Amino acid sequence: MDWEPVIGLEIHTQLATKSKIFSGASTAYGAPPNTQACAVDLGLPGVLPVLNAAAVDMAIKFGLAIEARIAPVSVFARKNYFYPDLPKGYQISQYELPIVEHGRVVIELEDGEEKVIGVTRAHLEEDAGKSLHEDFHGMTGIDLNRAGTPLLEIVSEPDLRSAREAVAYMKKIHSLVRYLEISDGNMQEGSFRCDANVSVRPRGSKEFGTRTEIKNVNSFRFIERAINYEIERQIEILEAGGQVVQETRLYDAARNETRSMRSKEEAMDYRYFPDPDLLPLEVTAEHIERVRATLPELPDAKRHRFMEEYGLSAYDAGVLTASRELADYYEEVARLCGEAKLAANWVMGELSGFLNKENRDIADSPVSAAMLAGMLKRILDETISGKIAKEVFEAMWNGEGDADTVIEKRGLKQITDTGAIEAIIDEVISANPRQVEQYRAGKEKLIGFFVGQVMKATGGKANPAQVNALLKKKLAG
Amino acid sequence: MHRLTIAEVAGALRRREFSSEELTRALLARIRELDPELNAVITATEEEAMAQAAEADRRLASGEGGPLTGVPILHKDIFCTRGVRTSCGSRMLDNFIAPYDATVVEKLAAAGAVMLGKTNMDEFAMGSSNETSFYGPVKNPWDTDRVPGGSSGGSAAAVAARLAPAATGTDTGGSIRQPAALTGITGLKPTYGRVSRWGMIAFASSLDQGGPMTRTAEDAAIMLGAMAGFDPRDSTSIDRPVPDYTAALDQPLDGLRIGLPREYFGDGLDNDVAACIEGALEVYKRMGARVSEISLPNTHLAVPAYYVVAPAECSSNLSRYDGVRFGYRCQDPRDLEDLYKRSRGEGFGAEVKRRIMIGTYALSAGYYDAYYLKAQKIRRLIRDDFMRAFEEVDVIMGPTSPTVAFRLGEKTDDPVSMYLSDIYTIAVNLAGLPGMSIPAGFAHGLPVGLQIIGNLFDEARLLNVAHKFQQETDWHQQVPGGFE
Repeated sequence: MDWEPVIGLEIHTQLATKSKIFSGASTAYGAPPNTQACAVDLGLPGVLPVLNAAAVDMAIKFGLAIEARIAPVSVFARKNYFYPDLPKGYQISQYELPIVEHGRVVIELEDGEEKVIGVTRAHLEEDAGKSLHEDFHGMTGIDLNRAGTPLLEIVSEPDLRSAREAVAYMKKIHSLVRYLEISDGNMQEGSFRCDANVSVRPRGSKEFGTRTEIKNVNSFRFIERAINYEIERQIEILEAGGQVVQETRLYDAARNETRSMRSKEEAMDYRYFPDPDLLPLEVTAEHIERVRATLPELPDAKRHRFMEEYGLSAYDAGVLTASRELADYYEEVARLCGEAKLAANWVMGELSGFLNKENRDIADSPVSAAMLAGMLKRILDETISGKIAKEVFEAMWNGEGDADTVIEKRGLKQITDTGAIEAIIDEVISANPRQVEQYRAGKEKLIGFFVGQVMKATGGKANPAQVNALLKKKLAG
Repeated sequence: MHRLTIAEVAGALRRREFSSEELTRALLARIRELDPELNAVITATEEEAMAQAAEADRRLASGEGGPLTGVPILHKDIFCTRGVRTSCGSRMLDNFIAPYDATVVEKLAAAGAVMLGKTNMDEFAMGSSNETSFYGPVKNPWDTDRVPGGSSGGSAAAVAARLAPAATGTDTGGSIRQPAALTGITGLKPTYGRVSRWGMIAFASSLDQGGPMTRTAEDAAIMLGAMAGFDPRDSTSIDRPVPDYTAALDQPLDGLRIGLPREYFGDGLDNDVAACIEGALEVYKRMGARVSEISLPNTHLAVPAYYVVAPAECSSNLSRYDGVRFGYRCQDPRDLEDLYKRSRGEGFGAEVKRRIMIGTYALSAGYYDAYYLKAQKIRRLIRDDFMRAFEEVDVIMGPTSPTVAFRLGEKTDDPVSMYLSDIYTIAVNLAGLPGMSIPAGFAHGLPVGLQIIGNLFDEARLLNVAHKFQQETDWHQQVPGGFE
C-alpha cells in the first residue's frame, strides 16, 4: 500500500529577553547552577509572578511575521504536575487562549514549488529547570537557572507530509525567529527544540492515523531521522496488520531509533486552570501597531527583493536570505563593490566554503564585507584576475590584511605592460620550437599550452585575454 | 498602656508620656505572661522588636514619624518576615525562615510600626476555628474553652486580650471578620487588590486579601492607610490612589442607606445574635440611616462555590511544598515518589489534605466544567447580586457569623458545619468586596459581630459607618475577664 505521512511540529523557542518571563533574574546561559534563580524562580512561599513585557512584544512580533491573529485577550494557565525541577509544582503556560493564533508560513519544496503550512497557535510559557543525574552518586541535582526562562511554543497544523518538509518548516521558523531577533536559535543550548507528531494513512484517505509524539529533538538532522524512523516503524506495524499505539516516544540519536516513553493511559492530567496570580493579558490595537513598526524585512520579502533588485536566481536569493546576517553581509558587499552578481558568487562560493570548512558563523568571518568588496573591486578594475583573487581571499582570511595590502605585499598585481608580456612571450616561443612548429602547421589548440606557459612564467599575474591576443599575433608572425 | 488604641498610643508617644521601648517591653512581658493561656503567638521577636522600638523613639525624638511610628503590632504568621520563621501554622514550614519581607510587613515597618511577633493561625489559613494549626489551637480570651474563630485566630485573640493594639490578618472566606466577631474586635477585609499579596503565603489567590485587626475603626483606618497601595510585584494589586482613611471617619450618617439581605436572617442564625444585630440597626436608625430589606438571591450558592474555587486554587498553590527545596522533608526517602508522598503526607495536616484532595478532584479532566467552571459562573452571579444591591443601598449589614464562638472540638469532626460558620462572609470574598466586622453586643455572654459590606474600594465609607457606631456604643471597649 502507498502510505502518506502526516506530521505536525511543536517548536519551543527560547525568547531572547534579558530577564525571565515572570521574574527579574537573568536568563544568561552557562552560569554556575542556581546562581540565576531568585525567590520567584525557586517558588518560595508568598512570591508572585509579574509578566515580562519584552516577552509579550516578541510573541506579537512573531505573530505579525506569520500573518497570525494577535489575541486582544489571552490567558495564562497553570499546568500542574510534580517534578523536582518544576519549583512551583506547576508550569505557567497559555492554554485555552494563546496570544497568537492562525498563522502561516511558506516553505519551498525541493521541486521549487511553494507550500503553505498553517500555524495553529503560538503561546508564551515558562521553562522548567534542569535535573542533573550525572555527578551525584545515587542522587539527582537540581539546577533552577533555566526555570522561568521565556519560551514561545509554536504549534503547526498537521500539514507536513514528509520528514523533508518538516525540516524545511523547522528551518523556516528557525530563520524567522532569528530574523526577528526574538531568539538566538541556539540548538546546542536548547534555545530551539522540537516535538514531532507523526502518523501515517493510506494515500488518499481523509482520516488521520493514530499518532505518536516524538519529544525534544534539538537538531535538523535528528528530526529528519527521527521522523523517517517513526514513519517506517508505523508502516511496518500497519502492514503487519497491527495497530499504532498513541504514545510519547523519545528519539535516541546514538541508535537512530525512537523508544516508547509513556502511553496515552499513563498520560498525566495537568488540571489546567487560569492562573489567579496573573490578570488576562490584554493587547490593544495600538500596541500591535507599535510592535509592527519594529518588524524587520522578513525572509520571503527579502528573497523577492534580491531577485528583483540584484537579478539573482530564486535559488541564489534563497541561499543568501537564509539568515539575516548573511543577507546583510551580502548586501553590504554588493553595495560597496557595485556588482551584485559577482558579490553573490563570492559570498556563496569562496566565503561560504571557508565558513563551512571551519564551521564558523558569518558574524565571526575574518573577512569582513568591506574587505571582500575591496577585493572584488580589484577584480573589476583588472588589478587582479579571478584566479589570483582566490589567493588574495585566502590571505585575507588568514589575517594578512585587506586586499590591497595582500596584493602589494605578495606582488600579485596583474601585469598589463605589453612590452613586458611580449618579452616573456618571446622567451616562451624560443624555448618551445617544436610546439611552435606544430602550431603553425595548424594545431591551433596548442594556444592553450602557450598561454599556460606565459601565465606560469608571470606567476599568474598577466591578463589571460591579453596574453592570448599577443601570442596569436606573435605566433602568426 | 496595653489598653490604649493605636490613636491613643500615637498621642502618648508624641507627648512623651512613655517611650516606644517602654511600651514594647511591657507588651512583650504581657505576651510572655498571658499568651501561654491563649497560644495566640507562635514566635515573639523580642530582640527585633526592641531594636525597632529604639529606632522609633529616635525618630519621634527628632519630631519625625507618623501615627504608626513606635506602635507595636503583631503579624499573622502567613506574612513572610525576613530572617524570622514564617510557618503559616504548618509543620511544612516549621523550619522556614523567609529570606524577604512581605509588602505588608515592609510597609508597616516603613511606617514605623514595631513587630512584636507572629501570630498563630489555622494551617495555611484553612479553618474557621484556629484548631488546624500545627502549633495547637488558640483559645478565645472571652472563654478559653472556646475557639477564637479562624483562620486569623491568633491575631484576633491577641488584640482582644490586649497583647497588642493591632495585628495583621488575612481573609479568604471570612478569616479576618469571623474571628474579629468571635473575639469582639474590629476587622476589615479590603477590596481584592487593595493590599498587596506579595509575601503573603497563598491559600486561594483569587480570594486572599490582607487587612487590619484592631480594636477600633479609627485604628483600622490608620493601619489600612499604611498597608494599602499598588505593588508592582503583585499583578493583581490595583493601581489606584490610597485615600486618607481617617479623613472621613466623622462624616454624619444622615441619609445613609443600609440594606439588610433577607438571606442573612434565615435558618441557622442564632436568635440572640439576631437580636444584637437588630439592636445595632436601631443605633444606626437613630443616627439618621434608612434601613431597607434587600435580596441577594444567590447567597445559598456561595458556600458550595467557595468550596470548589478555594480548594482548587489551594491544590495548585500548595504543590510547591514538595520537600525538594525548602520546608519539611521526610526522613530517608527511598526515591522521588516516597519523598513526595511522605514529605507532604507528614508535613500537612488533615484539613489541608482534605482541601487539596477536593481541589485536585474539582480540576480533574472530566470534572473541570462541572465544578470549577460552574463555580466561576456562580461567582459572577453573586457579584451581580451585590452590584444590583449597591444601586439601591450604600452599605449592606448583617451578622458576621451565625453563632457566637463555639467550643473547642465542637465542630472538628464535622467539616460542613464548620464551613457553614462562614456562610455570611464567603460571598464577600467571591465578589471581591470590602467587608468589616465590628463588635455589636453580646449573646450568651460572648461577643457578636456586625458585618458591614461595601461597594468596591468603598473602605473609607465602611470605616466611617463603623466609627460612628463606635462613637455611640462601647461594645468595642469591653475587655475579656482576666485580660484587663
